[in-house]
Amino acid sequence: MARIAGVDLPRDKRVEIALTYIYGIGRSSSRRILADAGVSPDTRVHKLSDEEVARLRRVIEGRHKIEGALRTEVAMNIKRLMDIGCYRGIRHRKGLPVRGQRTHTNARTRKGPRRTIASKKKPPPKK
Amino acid sequence: MARSLKKGPFVDGHLLKRIQEMNETGEKRVIKTWSRRSTITPEFVGHTLAVHNGNKFIPVYITENMVGHKLGEFAPTRLFRVHGGKLSSADKRAKLE
Repeated sequence: MARIAGVDLPRDKRVEIALTYIYGIGRSSSRRILADAGVSPDTRVHKLSDEEVARLRRVIEGRHKIEGALRTEVAMNIKRLMDIGCYRGIRHRKGLPVRGQRTHTNARTRKGPRRTIASKKKPPPKK
Repeated sequence: MARSLKKGPFVDGHLLKRIQEMNETGEKRVIKTWSRRSTITPEFVGHTLAVHNGNKFIPVYITENMVGHKLGEFAPTRLFRVHGGKLSSADKRAKLE
């Protein structure tokens, strides 16, 4: 079984796809890594030789920021925005869209599930 | 699209001039400015600028982390007034403060 960067790669997929299971590696960087390591993108993961896995690991660890390190970097970038109190930071703090999208409707990805506010009842007539 | 590097960061001339004067004399004064479009450059660090938000001037103390952002990003132009709820108008006003 191929374990790279603490992630188990799916056994039966092509390496090109399997590498994208690692956080920080998408299709294009996956292809670049395979070219650098000299591994065919079409080989299935369980057919990789130990030597090939080692080469992949070396290329990935050498020049890619992945998994934990990448997540920390992203979180630090967001934290920086929040700390300096700029507009984007404020939007992050409030959990609203950051890039100027409308919030009148939609924006559910950022805002989460709808929280309906009960409509106001008419106050009972006073005597 | 990002601004061409060839041009360098945009800073309104009048603002840059005043900052440089202050850096030379070493004095610290709050500068009132309407120039929300100016990029914060390293010269600005340590100064306090009062940035106009269309209504009043918001004091912004410039730190190193802010370099590269625009002044306007630190002086919000919109005021969010709480939605609905059972709070009386007096409570709402208190909450906003």
